[in-house]
Amino acid sequence: MDTETENKTQGVASKTMRIKGCEAVVRSLIAEGVDILYGYPGGAIMPVYDELYKFQNEIHHVLTRHEQGAAHAAQGYARISGKVGVAMATSGPGATNLITGIADAQIDSTPVVCITGQVFSHLLGSDAFQETDIVGISTPVTKWNCQVTKASEIPGVIAKAFYIAKSGRPGPVLIDITKDAQQGELDYEYEPCKGVRSYVPIPKTNPDAVKAAADLINAAKKPMIVWGQGVILGKAEEELKAVIEKAGIPSAWTILGASAIPTSHPLNIGMVGMHGNYAPNKLTNECDVLIAIGMRFDDRVTGKLDVYAKQAKVIHFDIDPAEIDKNVKTDVAVIGDSKDSLAQLLPLLNVNTHESWLQEFKDLYAIEFEKVIKHDLTPTKEGLTMGEVLKQINIETKGNAAIVSDVGQHQMITCRYADFNITKSNITSGGLGTMGFALPAAIGAKMGAPDREVVAIIGDGGYQMNIQELGTIFQQKVPVKIVVLNNEFLGMVRQWQQLFFDKRYASTEMTNPDFVTIAKGYYIQGKRVTKREELADAVKEMIASEESYFLEVCVEKEDNVFPMVPTGASVSDVRLS
Amino acid sequence: MNEEIKLYTISIYTENNIGLLNRVSAIFQRRHINIESLTTSQSEIDGVNRFVIVVNITESQAKRIVGQFEKQIEVIRAYYHTEEETIFTESCMFKIKSALLFEEPQIQNIIKDSNTRIVTVNKEFFVLEKSGRRNEIESLRRDLNVYGIMQFVRSGRIAVTKDEMKITEMLQAFNNQ
Repeated sequence: MDTETENKTQGVASKTMRIKGCEAVVRSLIAEGVDILYGYPGGAIMPVYDELYKFQNEIHHVLTRHEQGAAHAAQGYARISGKVGVAMATSGPGATNLITGIADAQIDSTPVVCITGQVFSHLLGSDAFQETDIVGISTPVTKWNCQVTKASEIPGVIAKAFYIAKSGRPGPVLIDITKDAQQGELDYEYEPCKGVRSYVPIPKTNPDAVKAAADLINAAKKPMIVWGQGVILGKAEEELKAVIEKAGIPSAWTILGASAIPTSHPLNIGMVGMHGNYAPNKLTNECDVLIAIGMRFDDRVTGKLDVYAKQAKVIHFDIDPAEIDKNVKTDVAVIGDSKDSLAQLLPLLNVNTHESWLQEFKDLYAIEFEKVIKHDLTPTKEGLTMGEVLKQINIETKGNAAIVSDVGQHQMITCRYADFNITKSNITSGGLGTMGFALPAAIGAKMGAPDREVVAIIGDGGYQMNIQELGTIFQQKVPVKIVVLNNEFLGMVRQWQQLFFDKRYASTEMTNPDFVTIAKGYYIQGKRVTKREELADAVKEMIASEESYFLEVCVEKEDNVFPMVPTGASVSDVRLS
Repeated sequence: MNEEIKLYTISIYTENNIGLLNRVSAIFQRRHINIESLTTSQSEIDGVNRFVIVVNITESQAKRIVGQFEKQIEVIRAYYHTEEETIFTESCMFKIKSALLFEEPQIQNIIKDSNTRIVTVNKEFFVLEKSGRRNEIESLRRDLNVYGIMQFVRSGRIAVTKDEMKITEMLQAFNNQ
């Protein structure tokens, strides 16, 4: 691919420009449609930053306060916009600080291109200042990575990086560019990558498999769908909705699948998994056909695998052949793009309503409502609950906000109770469970969809893992709303300590600073709520604000999240208390 | 559920890429799978490399691992085969003191009977080379060990499969797109 581009460049002299590698980096990004990137400069990437200075009218560089923040911001941008997020860092620590974000993007299939500077190629392997083997380090957590040591390789490699990051099952790509490659000259011409011969991004859907799936679904008495992020990544929300409605199938979602179908849809039966809803967890083990769409049977979804949906025929729609039979043995695998596969499935389905089966979900929901939801959303005890904060946010945003959550109790509460009317609205770290994700990801999300309300919901633990990004919010004037649900504990760990470690609260209690003062130090308006009667007005004021706003809600310290499927338990054994 | 663990030969056709060995070995490492042997070389197609890896695993593990290999961008195709489905060999070399050749006439018989090739002889040492199955190589090593071996080395297994692996067609299909 690279040599091809080179040959063509040499052949058609009129179309090429003699420029430096660093300029080629920036021009290639612009050619890929990048108008915003997140990063942090340093020695080995300085030539590229010098070009970013020259091209600042075309491409906006956002200086985060930490490279991890840059990676998560790029993720937030990609997750809300569907476009490729870009992060940039220098060699050595700059590059290694990106790794958590890259690993997060890998496990959550987020299209991100990371560009790192590297020491001069003649210094490679000499333990030079800020030299690190970032290609070696990032290999297990990237979809693809590559080191560039010659200026002439830059446009071809960047084109390939974007193609790989966004095609098929998306993922992160890292390009490491030595300083001499940035400083060297090349004949520049940009040609987007149209294919890589060893890589099949979208396997063709097999119509026989679709037919077999349709036959199973049509014969099913108790079918159940569990959809995941594959529906969102494949832009198959409409196709999924049509399938669900035509065949009348109760449908649940994984954490990353949330928002693909509106919360209020009558066939949307809630979330599966460890803190998912009671009905879909329990009835997973009673359905006769389980239809998994763009999801990967994560252990947090399945609970104990050898007692997971054993009674059901399993149909698995996925773009990634490696997911088939990885965790759950399937009866019918439909490999391909979800949009295409579901469009093929729709005409083969019989119209159905499955009313009595749907009623079973409603009955179990009523139990969950009585035992859990009621107490979370309309509590009668004194302390504030996380759930009632979410309820208030739903009221003020009318369910139209994009919600960015961190990791822990507040994340589970958010996914359980946030109303979603619009797809791509639940931005959270699902697979990796990265505390510190939300604040920078919310920056990227707001910049990726400036017209949308973006509300970050964060625990007091995760907030302090990337709290420095308040500086980015202030400098860039990102009107993102930040809600910290403060229980002065690492709540999820504390919950486990309470349930499984006899309340030995080892290192989970947090003595916190004055968060409102910290926000004010960054010139971000802020408020602290400690009483129920203050909550509604505070949330209202936050959402009405045109600028960024920080809201701390001091919630009950020792609340637990239920339902819960304890680790290693069957989904049938989901606990309500 | 208790599947049989046996030797599988995994063949991976790849683009010639610097970092690929890293990706391949990381897939085994993450799953705690010990590599019995690994060789890599040019394949029958110009510019396409072939890994031949032998591992002791269950068939469902082999299937999943092949899926993980195929997921790698620079992997063109990956396959797994049982011993019965492949024709395979290993090769080995021995370095032995030249004096022994004259002092221990039995060595000459061992060389002859085992179809072992003499690669080079000089005043100090001579070098033997043999290709074959593991048990043949092992028995040769035992036989020669009696007299003293200066150096011994054995290669990983190389294998061709009995069935076709349509890599050329796949690559052509890409070019015709």
